[in-house]
Amino acid sequence: MSRAQTFLLGVRSGHGFLASARRNPLAAMGLTCVVVFIIFALFAPAIAPQDPASIHLPARLDPPSRAHWLGTDELGRDIVSRLIYGARISMLVGSCVVASSLALGLIIGSIAGYYGGGIDRFVNIVLMNAFMSFPGILIAIAFVAFRGPGIFNLVFALSLGGWVGYARLVRGQVLAAREREFVEAARALGASDWRIIVRHILPNIIQPVIVQAAIGMAGAILAEATMSFLGLGVPPPTASWGTMLNDGRAHLFDAPHLVVFPAMAVMLAVLSFNFIGDGLRDYLDPRARMEAGI
Amino acid sequence: MLLQRVVYTLPVIWLVVSLVFLLIHLVPGDPIQQMLGEGAPPADIAATRHLYGLDAPLGEQYIHYWRGVLHGDLGPSFRYNQGVSRLLEQRYPYTLQLTLASLLVAIGLSIPAGVRSAERRNRWDDRWLSVISLFGLSFPNFALGPILILLFAIKLGWLPVSGAGSWANLILPAMTMGSALAAILTRMVRTSMLEELSQDYIRTARAKGLPERSVVYRHALRNAMIPIITVLGLQFGALLAGAIVTETIFSWPGIGRLTIQAISNRDYYLVQGCILAIGLTYVAVNFLTDVLYSVANPRIGQ
Repeated sequence: MSRAQTFLLGVRSGHGFLASARRNPLAAMGLTCVVVFIIFALFAPAIAPQDPASIHLPARLDPPSRAHWLGTDELGRDIVSRLIYGARISMLVGSCVVASSLALGLIIGSIAGYYGGGIDRFVNIVLMNAFMSFPGILIAIAFVAFRGPGIFNLVFALSLGGWVGYARLVRGQVLAAREREFVEAARALGASDWRIIVRHILPNIIQPVIVQAAIGMAGAILAEATMSFLGLGVPPPTASWGTMLNDGRAHLFDAPHLVVFPAMAVMLAVLSFNFIGDGLRDYLDPRARMEAGI
Repeated sequence: MLLQRVVYTLPVIWLVVSLVFLLIHLVPGDPIQQMLGEGAPPADIAATRHLYGLDAPLGEQYIHYWRGVLHGDLGPSFRYNQGVSRLLEQRYPYTLQLTLASLLVAIGLSIPAGVRSAERRNRWDDRWLSVISLFGLSFPNFALGPILILLFAIKLGWLPVSGAGSWANLILPAMTMGSALAAILTRMVRTSMLEELSQDYIRTARAKGLPERSVVYRHALRNAMIPIITVLGLQFGALLAGAIVTETIFSWPGIGRLTIQAISNRDYYLVQGCILAIGLTYVAVNFLTDVLYSVANPRIGQ
């Protein structure tokens, strides 16, 4: 079992969780928050006290009360319920963006690293440099501005700039791994390139990729919220934390809770994934922390 | 070295301009129809299409677009009734001003914090600083902005809520934009300083009796700045993207806010122009970073 697996299992199982939590309280806190957010996302209809889209104008802009724990928004919708439903969009878009960027990054990175030569030069110098020289969120903004908002466009747009980081990491790791003896041994036994990459190289380089994916979740959630804030996310009336923040801005004077609670939700989600990523990195390879400069 | 960088930068510029050209052809349906709105008479649509050369073959439009870019002509803005290039010329200085101010905020916060963290490694103040910087990293600027307004403009009344014109207007947006970068830089300064402080020349400097302040700031920090410059350059893109959000929150009349206004007005040539301006700035800054890097570290230049 790899160290990544033991870490994850250790954190999940009862006894190991306490031990790991003592060693790295921030990562444990992050994991707890993420589990809560995932439960919110999966079971939102059962957990949310009210319908997140039900408009009740007489109760508009109510401050937190017993009926509405975190108050109501400008249309009298219950903020707790909207935050719980908002977790759906954050988690869904975040994980889809990370999954598709990761898949693209793994494919492009391992092909470039494994085959080297002209393919590698093209990918590394032309493709990656071009994408790195353009802020990812700007690519996403441009894409959605011209294609129109929607969940598919959003995921696609954010993945367009997201794959480069993974591809760079994977390329570097594959480049180093392909010279090692076990790869040579597999090749001598007549394994195909595909089999060598998938069965021999990838399992050996997956640890830093997992760390990057955890931190990537933080970035993806932040990016989704930014896009929604700018009105380029999931169209209304679907509740999204970024949209809630943007709507609340108009009432900063009279109802600041409209801004404060969604802001805290975004921060908590992003912070949690950052804590998990940091904890994983410490656990897997304390040296990598130095090299990554974090 | 420098020549090599120029050669690498050229295809990137070509790609940026070409991608931006493609944008207008990405619009589902007809961009002119979208601009004029539903129910526009077909004759008007045809006339406008012709006016903007959108009825020419794609290759011809591409060459035409390049010619325009090279001559500084980025087409007309529908909404503002003037050339996109002129609009960008007016707004660009504001974005530059805001970006530089937030760079100052980031550097001013991160260098003392990072140096202190490294000096007191693993003590309580180092731990606190690292938690604070993780918070800073996770607190989105579109959330920080309104909260700063709430605190400093509405509750305390010290600073204006939004707009531009005086130094006081610049403070809150610069803090909003600079804080995330400050968080990243603090972590970077810490790592880089730790590395330098363990070097032999630091032991020499201490052994010859230099005051600690001068060892840390004159010897270690100078060398530690080399990787920090690279990170600064790489993070500049994130900063520019942050400008889009920050300018929207504070009604700052820069390119970022112009981009969002252009998107909601379906002013497609203006969107194209804004994205081109931001993209090219980013490419230019990356190039400058490389130049600065070889100046700061003569070992690279050779």
